[in-house]
Order: sequence, then C-alpha cells, then structure tokens
Amino acid sequence: MTTETPDAGPQPTLRLNDVHKSYGDNAVLRGVSLDIDEHEVVALIGASGCGKSTLLRCIDLLEPIDAGAIRLDGVDISWPGYDANAARRKIGIVFQAFNLFPHQSVLKNITLGPCKVLRMPKADAEAEGMTLLERFGLADKAKDYPDRLSGGQQQRVAIVRALAMKPELMLFDEITSALDPELVGEVLDVIRGLKDTGLTMMLATHEMGFAREIANRVAFLDVGEVAELGPPEQVLSEPKQARTQRFLRRVTEAGRL
Amino acid sequence: MTLTIILFLTAEVAILMLALLIAVVRGLTAPIFTPLRLTSIAYVDIVRGIPTILLLFLFAFGIPALNLQGVTNSELIWGWAALVVSYSAYVSEVLRAGLESVHPSQRAAARALGLSQIQSLRFVVVPQAVRRVLPPLLNDFIALQKDTALLSLVGVVEVFRVAQVDAGFYFNFTPYVVVAVFFILLTVPLSRYADWLAERRRRVSQASAGGL
Repeated sequence: MTTETPDAGPQPTLRLNDVHKSYGDNAVLRGVSLDIDEHEVVALIGASGCGKSTLLRCIDLLEPIDAGAIRLDGVDISWPGYDANAARRKIGIVFQAFNLFPHQSVLKNITLGPCKVLRMPKADAEAEGMTLLERFGLADKAKDYPDRLSGGQQQRVAIVRALAMKPELMLFDEITSALDPELVGEVLDVIRGLKDTGLTMMLATHEMGFAREIANRVAFLDVGEVAELGPPEQVLSEPKQARTQRFLRRVTEAGRL
Repeated sequence: MTLTIILFLTAEVAILMLALLIAVVRGLTAPIFTPLRLTSIAYVDIVRGIPTILLLFLFAFGIPALNLQGVTNSELIWGWAALVVSYSAYVSEVLRAGLESVHPSQRAAARALGLSQIQSLRFVVVPQAVRRVLPPLLNDFIALQKDTALLSLVGVVEVFRVAQVDAGFYFNFTPYVVVAVFFILLTVPLSRYADWLAERRRRVSQASAGGL
C-alpha cells in the first residue's frame, strides 16, 4: 500500500485524499480532499462542529480515519501498518487548550520530545530549547511552571514545544480561541514570524482577518467536506458558494471579520 | 526492629510496581487487551475480598504444604508476598483513580510529540497521577507499616513478636507499650509528610486557578 516512492516528481507536503471519519452515527468528515504544498499556509475556516479540529487530529494520527488516505511527502501515513510515532515526529500540533505538561518546567516541556523521541543529548536539547525561547521572548520563563504563565505565554510555549521537534508541517487548532482578547495578538505575531521562515502550516481559526492576512489559501469546511477552497481574497470577499456566503454573513454580524 | 523496617520498605517498592502494572493494564481499552484487563479486574476483586490475615495464612502455610520442588518454604518470604499481593490490590485502585483523573488531552499532547504509548505514560501521565493520589497512597502505606505485625502470626520474628515473647517472659505489658510507641514513631513522620504534600498541592492549585 505504500509503494509510492517519495521522490517521484514534486509532491505536495500533505495530500488528503477523500478522508472520512465518523464517531458512531455522527459522520464528522465526509470525504475531505486537500493538498498543501511546501511553504504553504492553509487556513481552515468553518462553523463550530464542521470538522476542523477533527481533521487536524486525524492528520496527526491522534484519531484513526475510517476511509481515504493521508500522504505526507508522498507516503501514506494513514495506512494501519505505518508507524504513527514516526509520522508524528514530522508533524507538530498546537492545541486550543495549550496542553502543556503542568508537572514540568517550561524548558522541560520543550526538551521532553527532543530528548526522548529524537534521542538528543540533554545539554543539546536544552541549548536548542533556550535558543527557541529567546527567539520568542520567553527565555526568562524557562524555569517556571506552566501555571505561572499567562494564557498567551502558555500558548507560545506550546508552539515552541512543537517547533523543538523541527516538524515539516505544523497544525494549529484554534490556538487563540481560549485566550483573552488582549493576548491574541502576541500569539498571532508568532505565527506571522513562522510564516516568514517558510514553515508549512495548516491552521483552523475563527480569526477571519488573520486568515486573510496569513494564508495562501483558505478552505471553508462545512458539514465535513471542503465546500470552498481558494485564495483568501476570493473565499473571504467573493465566495462562490451559497453556504460560504451564509457563514461569512453570520461571522460579519458577530463582528469577527 | 530493623526487620520490620526492611520488610516494610521492600514491600512498598514491590507493591508500587505491581499496583501500577495492574492499574495501567486495567486502563487499556483496545479490544486485544480485553483478557488482560479482565484478569486485572478479577485480581483486584478476589484479593480485596479476602481478609489480609487469611491471605497470609494461605501463602505462608498453604504454599509450603504443597511441597513444590524448587520453591522456598520460608514463612518470611511467603508472608511478605502475601502483604504485597494484598496491598497491591488496594494501591492499584488508588493509582487507577489517579490515572483516570489526568485529562486525555495530556496524553494526546504527549503522543503528538511522537512519544510512544509507554513513554507517554512514564513521562506525562503517571507522574501527574501519582502526585494527585499521594495522600491516599501514603495512607495505604501507613496501614502497611502496621500490618507487618501480622507476620508474627506465621512465625516471623519481627518487632511485635519480640514484644510478645518479652511480655510473656516478664509478665508485664511494658514491651507492648514500647512496640506501640515504635509503630507510632514509624507512622507519624509519614502522616505529617502526607499532610505537607496535601497542603502544598492545595496552594499550587490555588495559584493556578486563574491560569486555566
């Protein structure tokens, strides 16, 4: 099943092919197909419950898919025989609720993956971790425990923790939704910085203005399928589909555009 | 007196390891692990249903009576094993409560970093679970310290047995009082340690109440 050679011509970094996922009778993803090229940023928008989070969790193999295929660099990582841990090493994910490890200091949170998964010597992992923390203005928090940090700082640490694994692809699952409004900016700044480095990213977001600014393409997800896909100006300003228009009208009325 | 302390300390380590294994196995949800999971449930049900003293007699007198080849007949070792088996069932339930109290998102975050199932347990889930259940865990260990006295009933000469002999010899109860004081001195530091941990945990959770 994994007969494709990774070097057979230019491949998208991530290729979703007719991905299906149900929880019991509830079909959350009903055939999602989407390609993400290297260095590309794709924003996933859509109402709550449309399948954005589930899709990101499926890509990171935190949830098994029922049908379809997820290819990373041409390799089918959703095949049951594929080593899920190997795929997760290449994919970073940041969650809405941060999910930092409360029993470990900030620096420990960041070095756990490199030390235990990449088998990096502790001193090297700590040095790289400190470099990353400095880059994001968090060096003075290295020894603190997560509960001492503000929500924005915790989420930035969570981003650093994912980056420490040097992923090829980063997934962001509504990472500003749990933050107070005044803390959203510092987290979005981090994402802007990451885009400048050319990192391939996929982000589920409710911040339409931010999606327009940062994304190369926007995918509107509705009842478990990609209803509309295109450049942000087109999808967000001149949506072709009636359901995209309806969704954006509701968002505008709520004052979020 | 040294024997009592050695019995207690070695039993504690063995109990923790066995109990953790039982608790983890009981939490495995994949269908392939169903036989293992059912075994661990049966183990806890059966062991907790038998009075510790009965288990002790079954182990220390029953197993040597079988005359098994290559198996020790030492009452000390079988008595110790009976305590380990008995307490591991209780402690596994305490640990299970701790494991279940760690939010699934913690495990998801660990797996997302590429950590294996076992690494996620070892570095993320178990440390948090143990911290949360430390007070009840220490409660069980205080009970265990005192139950080492039961071993005297199968002929192990620990501190309580020594007191019995002395009391019988001198016809007074002073040795019992001395032993009672000994057990109190042994358990009180653990009790204070449990209090201190609970207090520290309360302070930390207050400090973080605004954070999440």
